[in-house]
Amino acid sequence: MTLLRLENVAIDVDRDGQTRRLVHDASFELDRGETLAIVGESGSGKSLSALAVMGLLADGLRQAEGVIEFEGRDLSAMSPKQINQLRGSEISMIFQEPMTSLNPVRSIEHQLTEGMRLKMGLSRRGARARALELLQEVGISDPAQRLRQYPHQLSGGMRQRVMIAIALSCNPKLILADEPTTALDVTIQAQILALTAKLCRDHDVGLVLITHNLGIVARYARNVAVMYAGRVIEKASARDLYRAPKHPYTRGLLDSVPRLDLPRDRPLSPIAGAPPDPMEELTGCRFHPRCPKATDRCIAEVPAIHDVERHQVACWHPNLAQKNAREAVA
Amino acid sequence: MTSYMLRRLIGSVIVMWAVATLVFFMLRLVPGDPIAAMLADAGGPDEIAAMKAQLGLDRSVFVQYGIWFANMFQGDLGNSIYGSRVPVSQIITEAFPRTISLSLLAFFIAMVIAVPAGILSATRRNTMTDNTVSLFAFLGLSMPDFWLAILLIIIFAANLQWLPAIGYTPIDESLWQWFRHLILPAIAIGTAFSAIIARMIRSSLLEVLNSDYMRTARSKGLTPRMLMFGHALPNAMIPVITVIGIAFALLISGAVVVENVFAIKGLGRVLIEGILNRDYPVVQGAVLVVSAIFVFSNLIVDLLYGLIDPRIRLN
Repeated sequence: MTLLRLENVAIDVDRDGQTRRLVHDASFELDRGETLAIVGESGSGKSLSALAVMGLLADGLRQAEGVIEFEGRDLSAMSPKQINQLRGSEISMIFQEPMTSLNPVRSIEHQLTEGMRLKMGLSRRGARARALELLQEVGISDPAQRLRQYPHQLSGGMRQRVMIAIALSCNPKLILADEPTTALDVTIQAQILALTAKLCRDHDVGLVLITHNLGIVARYARNVAVMYAGRVIEKASARDLYRAPKHPYTRGLLDSVPRLDLPRDRPLSPIAGAPPDPMEELTGCRFHPRCPKATDRCIAEVPAIHDVERHQVACWHPNLAQKNAREAVA
Repeated sequence: MTSYMLRRLIGSVIVMWAVATLVFFMLRLVPGDPIAAMLADAGGPDEIAAMKAQLGLDRSVFVQYGIWFANMFQGDLGNSIYGSRVPVSQIITEAFPRTISLSLLAFFIAMVIAVPAGILSATRRNTMTDNTVSLFAFLGLSMPDFWLAILLIIIFAANLQWLPAIGYTPIDESLWQWFRHLILPAIAIGTAFSAIIARMIRSSLLEVLNSDYMRTARSKGLTPRMLMFGHALPNAMIPVITVIGIAFALLISGAVVVENVFAIKGLGRVLIEGILNRDYPVVQGAVLVVSAIFVFSNLIVDLLYGLIDPRIRLN
């Protein structure tokens, strides 16, 4: 059953009397208990899409078009109050910066239990008991003492574990994890990701894993959506995507990830140039200024996302990318 | 915590000593002298000399300082040298409750207005509500307190005759009369303070509301009330408390002026009369008490920090 479905979601920003589109036609879906990875550079619109699902877009940003459905219910048609009821209890979110995402002046106990007391109607004692269990489940030792502590007394990895415990606390059906490991040490990153994925599997929670690191998603996500400059440019199963990327951008991303199965002295090939300024108009495919395969058509017309083999790709020349990827691997 | 408190107390005593010493010597640098003020050209040189000897003013300034200082440690602040020779401690005991109750009432009224105004203005940024609050804040800041005091007297005491224009009733005599006498001066003093605090709460809240942890709190689907009072306000109040500590000085100095408008014989009135009469011991005693109020309110602010912010809680 489809848990979350985004269809042609567009997000606009109003600034200085001008309206600019930051996310165009974002579409993806997720089944219950599944994991979907959304991959892209900073500014590609992946976090915005997640915040739109939560109804937490910042001031000046708004969902301009499209449908966001959670269990068949249209979130964009709901009142702010109705969405607020879903937040925390059915959909929760893990944020990027564990160092600043917890309130510095409230105890861990307060931050972990307030949601459960409100959403599940637990008593102070009941919420505390469940908080102890949750902390244990996310791998925090001496939970009773941790509950009394404040965020500044915990390390980054520990805080992110607390965030995971908070996200899980009210038995949600969907967790949106927005680059949950970016701010952490490399050794901790793998632990936190594995923990998040395992807990979501155990509790049958759908997980949207937002990341800029294509290298880490293969282990955890069944499906991957790649975003570039506000558009979903390729969707496929993780396996197909790695084996044969169709979009030149996806290919570029894969080439810029260090791999253990290739010779160490093989230089990484970064994608030349930088993503376009979202405030700037750009015709055609938004990747064309950086694309080695760009033709006149790419400059003139926006490629719609369409099926190519088992992928969905927004590119006029999808097979070129694939061919080159094979060459690179061989 | 105990050692911190001890350090703070010792620091406070040093500050008060420095203030007392400074005032002692500065007073004696002020042109004019108490004998001239008292005798008003009536006495000849012999009377002046006799009076000086009687008051101990013929000795060197440093000896006078030593005597005053030694006496102070025994709780003796000396006697007024102008007129009736009333003990300074008695004058202060009478004046202190008036100034303190005036300042505290002003503080209380100011906070009751400033906190909701600041919250409203931050949560409804750039709306009519916000602009209205800002307008009143600027008005409150721009109006001199003595002028506002006179305005209030004209409206509420002279024209409407709802409240007394002058005087004071101790709180233990009649709470209602106490309140009726102090409400106008408290508003006059508290308005500027309230404006400062409301502006401060607004800007501090705006920053906090944009923070990552507020986004986390919103993602939990908390009620607006939980978001404001459970998460935003405790953080926003940290810088506000600093400003409150500093702005408390404004309240006290406001009290000094406004007490004179409302003819309330508080510390401000005592201080001004003392200075006009060159009544050295009275001025010294009053300044000592005022500095004690400052030091004490700053101590409270520091302790509040620890209470509100676990990061600076001291073990």
